[in-house]
Amino acid sequence: MSDILLEVKDFNVILDGSPIISDLDFSLNEGEFLTILGPNGSGKTVLLRSLLGLVPHSGQLNWHRKPRIGYLPQGLNQMSVRDMPLTVKDFFSLKKLKSAEVTAILSLVGLENAVMNKKAGYLSGGEFQRMLVAWVLASQPNILFLDEPTAAVDIAGGETIYSLLKDIWKRQNLTILNVTHDLNIVYAHSTHVLCLSRFGHRCHGVPKEILTPDVLNGIYGADVKFYTHKGV
Amino acid sequence: MTSQLLLSLVSGIFIAGSAAYLGTLMLSRKMAVVAGPLGHLALPGAALAIVYGFSISLGAFPFVVLGILLIWLLEIRTRLAMEALTAIVFATGVATAFLFLPIDKAEAALVGDISKVGIYETLASVILGSAVVFTIKRSYSKIMLINIHEDVAKTEGINVKLYNLIYLSAIAIIVALGVDLVGGLMTAALVAIPAAAARNVSTTLGQFGAVSGLFGIISAAAGITVSAFTALPAGPLVILTSAAIFLVTVPLAKV
Repeated sequence: MSDILLEVKDFNVILDGSPIISDLDFSLNEGEFLTILGPNGSGKTVLLRSLLGLVPHSGQLNWHRKPRIGYLPQGLNQMSVRDMPLTVKDFFSLKKLKSAEVTAILSLVGLENAVMNKKAGYLSGGEFQRMLVAWVLASQPNILFLDEPTAAVDIAGGETIYSLLKDIWKRQNLTILNVTHDLNIVYAHSTHVLCLSRFGHRCHGVPKEILTPDVLNGIYGADVKFYTHKGV
Repeated sequence: MTSQLLLSLVSGIFIAGSAAYLGTLMLSRKMAVVAGPLGHLALPGAALAIVYGFSISLGAFPFVVLGILLIWLLEIRTRLAMEALTAIVFATGVATAFLFLPIDKAEAALVGDISKVGIYETLASVILGSAVVFTIKRSYSKIMLINIHEDVAKTEGINVKLYNLIYLSAIAIIVALGVDLVGGLMTAALVAIPAAAARNVSTTLGQFGAVSGLFGIISAAAGITVSAFTALPAGPLVILTSAAIFLVTVPLAKV
């Protein structure tokens, strides 16, 4: 059994006087791929940002081992830097990395060395996201916080990014905390799921064991069905 | 070349060069226009300096610091947009200045007067301009990452409050120095125009900073030199040279 990396107890977040997260308890083991699932407005991003210390919160947040965090936020995409004369090489130089290190980390995410001199703002959505994954991995994190990492790419590109992340997760023995509202991602990639809802319903565990139709209805507040093909 | 022209050139080049370099960070944070209202807030200080006969930059500096503190505090307290707060600060500065600024002496405060700069003011421009360039160069990658995504910068272990303080202090120094060169009405142009022109022709961050600084230096040198041989004021000539460079770069814009 894996060691506990993070323990969260009696966790509360109040923003502008409104409770966003109340009395949340869960733990995260080393090597887990935990997806925080829920509809819009359920507090997924707020939870992720408060675990990063970016949002005021109360309760216990116990790291059992010093985390080296890599963070892929929502909304950081090629359009964010399109106005700047910023090449991929420049983007990595913000971390003071040497060219050889950048080349090695880019190849890890399937990007050619030629991309180094391209403007980061003019990469495709998928290329930019791969570059960001490489940039985050360059700091050698032991835990990745991902907030809708495929929001700015199409379905095929999104699947490629998740396959890449899963591959890196296995190879580098990382722990991943991922936010999404996409049930497919949970079933295809996550070892565990933490559900949040606007109506107070919660669940935590192995997806195929706990995501029953009743639980999903409670989370989404509607009749949600999930179909799998045979053999999946 | 007269010694007065030399002092004006040295002073102008250091102010404009450092302002243009800092401007690349302000442009990437979409904050270039903020320097304008801060320059306007410097007007009461410039007015005091004119009335009591001391350096305009010295008079402007505490008022600019006050302006930055006001915007910073009001933004935290009200969460109003930066544009709204700078408009309030701008109006307050101009209104206060015109309460006691002698109108017949207003020109130096409004459009600057680098042609009468003394040795100590030149020395201050060289030292402070160099200090801003040195400090910003050392902090450039961290401030740029904060500009790109503040939360990512925080999770990468960057002390965002500290670097914002360094950045705002540099702006305060540049605006106070800029009032001497182009006056309180046009300080935004010192940071915004060379940086915008440099963005048009640069493909890398390194080029962006260097080219912007170079455009700032060329604008100051050309504007001050032309002013020395005509009866025209240096401040507006510096800005117009800068604007001409920008126009030349427009067809070359790399988009």
